[in-house]
Amino acid sequence: MELNLLTIDAARSAIQERKTTSMALVESFYARIQKEDSAIGAYLTLTKERALEQADRMDRLAAEGKPLPPLGGVPVGIKDVMCTRGVRTTAGSKILENFIPPHDCTAVARLESAGAVVLGKLNCDEFAMGSSNENSAFHPVRNPRDLSRVPGGSSGGSAAAVAADMAVVALGSDTGGSIRQPASFCGVVGLMPTYGRVSRYGLIAFASSLDHIGPLTKNVRDAATVLHTIAGRDPMDSTSADVPVPDYVAELEKPVSGLKIGMAEEYFGDGLDAEVRKAVEDAIQRLAKLGCDVVPVSLPHTEYAIPTYYIVATAEASSNLARFDGVRYGYRAKNARTLSDMYRRSRDEGFGTEVKRRIMLGTYALSAGYYDAYYLKAQKVRALLTQDFDEAFKKVDAIVTPTSPTAAFKLGEKANDPLAMYLADIYTVTADLAGIPGISIPCGETREKLPVGLQILGRHFDEATILRLAHAYERSVS
Amino acid sequence: MKVTEKDVAYVADLSNLELTEEERAHMVRDLNSILGYIDMLNRLDTESVDPMAQVSDRYGVDTSKAGGERFAYASRDDILFGLRPSLKREEALANSPDPDETFFRVPKVIER
Repeated sequence: MELNLLTIDAARSAIQERKTTSMALVESFYARIQKEDSAIGAYLTLTKERALEQADRMDRLAAEGKPLPPLGGVPVGIKDVMCTRGVRTTAGSKILENFIPPHDCTAVARLESAGAVVLGKLNCDEFAMGSSNENSAFHPVRNPRDLSRVPGGSSGGSAAAVAADMAVVALGSDTGGSIRQPASFCGVVGLMPTYGRVSRYGLIAFASSLDHIGPLTKNVRDAATVLHTIAGRDPMDSTSADVPVPDYVAELEKPVSGLKIGMAEEYFGDGLDAEVRKAVEDAIQRLAKLGCDVVPVSLPHTEYAIPTYYIVATAEASSNLARFDGVRYGYRAKNARTLSDMYRRSRDEGFGTEVKRRIMLGTYALSAGYYDAYYLKAQKVRALLTQDFDEAFKKVDAIVTPTSPTAAFKLGEKANDPLAMYLADIYTVTADLAGIPGISIPCGETREKLPVGLQILGRHFDEATILRLAHAYERSVS
Repeated sequence: MKVTEKDVAYVADLSNLELTEEERAHMVRDLNSILGYIDMLNRLDTESVDPMAQVSDRYGVDTSKAGGERFAYASRDDILFGLRPSLKREEALANSPDPDETFFRVPKVIER
């Protein structure tokens, strides 16, 4: 079996038609991980027992001639911020190094109910805070396309695993670009659904008004299949929306001709790499040739997105991460004299530098005397950024932009400059703030053979349209 | 410099962090650099803008309904054990760094 050619449908039908078994497929993926992953570092934990049990279930279904579920036997990887019952879940942090959750994340449970085989847990920036995967407390992930470069972050392990054929599909999470930016850097598809589209029950919270779960895949059809599987209301997450889930795969085949796609000059300004610009502009030309109307739109507050994001996200993080205190789970410092000493030292020793920086920034922004100047101000600008999209989507069906201003950068290049690292998310954070869906798909390469990503943003709960556009583009280039 | 060493010590205290001398010095530098950038928000007049705390009260809900009615789908009847039984005690204690058979054990709470 050529692992690099495997998509959801190919894997499922090969098992269904008894050309291979789910067991054999799982074994060949583990053999590949064994061979490749020491250089890449995508996996933190392998879940072989759990995988083989599920594979056996799928093989027995196939042997009995019963139809496999939609992801029957499909090997998947899970970003290690999603809880898995009985399987260590670290969030890329030393503070959770030995944490074994008593529950499954809903998105993971839904994938497994649909037949998917979980191969293991994927490396990420600590608590999903980072744009390069260098903030993992365990080890960085390297970009499979060029091992001297970062895979992006924070879902770097998820993107690298799919790009290096160490999983057919991976789940990631996106708070400021953490699915789309690594997808772009590694040359795979990454979909951030609308806020509320996918339950976050069992996702270790970073910033609750911004956190999303979504798929990283080899093609757009697989992203549609996974979204259809994990989307929809979940009684365990009160923020999951009560909005019907369409058949995203069937919607892919609708024509794109006549769709209006917006191009905002704010996403093509200073700081955009010339090769990335060329690749994205070519992609937009191609969409025009497919019959889309390219319309200029204005998103005038775009430059305020990064400062707004780094107040809102860190404020929420400072509150969410207060729960890590060494009492009920997680790392506890040894020989603390008092309870308060124990809290402080456990957090000091358990959290990494970037996490502490964000807790400090968020606490500062929420502290007496600064709340109005920072947190309230950021919430107001968040409203303006959201209105920009509301206005634009009165004129267009989707907006096309680069996913990231550059292709993958080198390990260490931005590691000592937090502000430079934050600016890597400049084209992705606004969608998180507004809660709209976005997808990144590969659209060519730089001269150094590094992948470039095209980002397509859509209206709230209109993943169908951005998937359709992405699918049409993908088909036109393959 | 907006953020002083004293501010960093105060915010670390609020955050239940101690930080080493070196970390505090870096924090002063980094917070000033980031907050300096964030100051660009002051160029915008937001006097008449309502703050937006979250997305889910505007999209994916029936906005013709007011207040709690809008989120009626997210509530449930108050039933014994809720949607599922609580965790068993052994499970709830399983990840604790220092459990006894009934409780989470912690160091002395009140200092004398």
